[in-house]
Amino acid sequence: MFSAYLLHLADNALILGHRNSEWTGHGPVLEQDIALSNIALDLIGQSRNLYQLAADQLNAGSPARKPVTEDDLAYLRDATAFKNVVLVEQPNGDWAQTILRQFYFSQFQLLQYGALLKSKEPGLAAISEKSIKETRYHVKWSSEWVCRLGDGTAESHSRMLNALETLNPLVPELFTAADYELSSASGGRGVDPADLKENWLKPVNRILEAATLPLYIFENKKRSVLSGKNGFHSEHLGYILAEMQFLQRAYPGCTW
Amino acid sequence: MEKEKIISILEAVMDPEIPVLSIADLGILREVEISGNDIIITVTPTYSGCPAMEVIRQEIRELLSDNGYPNVKINQVLSPAWTSEWMSASGREKLEAYGIAAPATTHSCTLDGPGTDRPDHCPLCRSRNIELISRFGSTSCKALYRCLDCLEPFDYFKCH
Repeated sequence: MFSAYLLHLADNALILGHRNSEWTGHGPVLEQDIALSNIALDLIGQSRNLYQLAADQLNAGSPARKPVTEDDLAYLRDATAFKNVVLVEQPNGDWAQTILRQFYFSQFQLLQYGALLKSKEPGLAAISEKSIKETRYHVKWSSEWVCRLGDGTAESHSRMLNALETLNPLVPELFTAADYELSSASGGRGVDPADLKENWLKPVNRILEAATLPLYIFENKKRSVLSGKNGFHSEHLGYILAEMQFLQRAYPGCTW
Repeated sequence: MEKEKIISILEAVMDPEIPVLSIADLGILREVEISGNDIIITVTPTYSGCPAMEVIRQEIRELLSDNGYPNVKINQVLSPAWTSEWMSASGREKLEAYGIAAPATTHSCTLDGPGTDRPDHCPLCRSRNIELISRFGSTSCKALYRCLDCLEPFDYFKCH
């Protein structure tokens, strides 16, 4: 169960990193193209560390089997085996949607890493210690953009409203624990995301308010039926994997 | 002593993205140990996804091998997490001379307020009249600023 938890954390970082990397060469201005590429790099780096730890756990659990590597975990699992939340696999949409997705997720990831600093698994505590500094910067950057767009022109404001409408229903999944999150939390190695809800809502609404946007409210009727954490993804994940995994699937073990 | 000799050899391993800084200047070379015939080098990345780490590892291996140390093991540690405070004083000087503003020393990577995570002055003309262009620059560890006096844009090594 704990390796499933590590895969969940790694998949979140990898898939959002991959989405952000799709902006490389297509950003609205060069500086922001570079910003998103750098955030992608941070996230993919974090996912590598997490996949390595997951591979260690899996290999220790079944010494007879051929050892798995971080690459196997990223490139050779199918969509239903991925455990990332549906939020991070959403298409980039316009700049507003990309910004809001990053803002919501980074605010969450900041709290999650913060709690995992105390994980009884030293490898996970170390990754969290390393990653939280990067995430703090992502929160800062995305918060500034939410304000700039929300409190910007009529056009940017309306695009943010569209982004809120698209992404808000996907937020509750962040705080709905999967079984592996609960078991990892009760063993002191993970965190129950439901415990992070209030601390997420406060800074998020503070920024949304400064951005003159409607505040976030948790309400059940807007809940998505999907559960990426349990492998029930939106249609988008398969397309991401088709592109990301193509080379390793077509040419197994290929390196360059 | 042999350990000092190895450390001095490693002074030639530069960060490929900031070629005036050695890995010791940057503070990412954490430990050198000798265990029998093996040399164990411990490094830590600046950022999780820093692509320079692979190159740095390779250079450590090649350089030590050229100097008669073929058995090299390189460990990577994540904790304690690297901070820009580990940059050496001479590293900071070399950085400025290269045209990159050194990281703020009063560490305040907080979420709120303007903070002090900004360069003290323009590395080219030393004016303090500067503004942020972008929080991200050409590599993970840098942000982009502009000098309002000499009008040159410049990189800032972020406080991290």
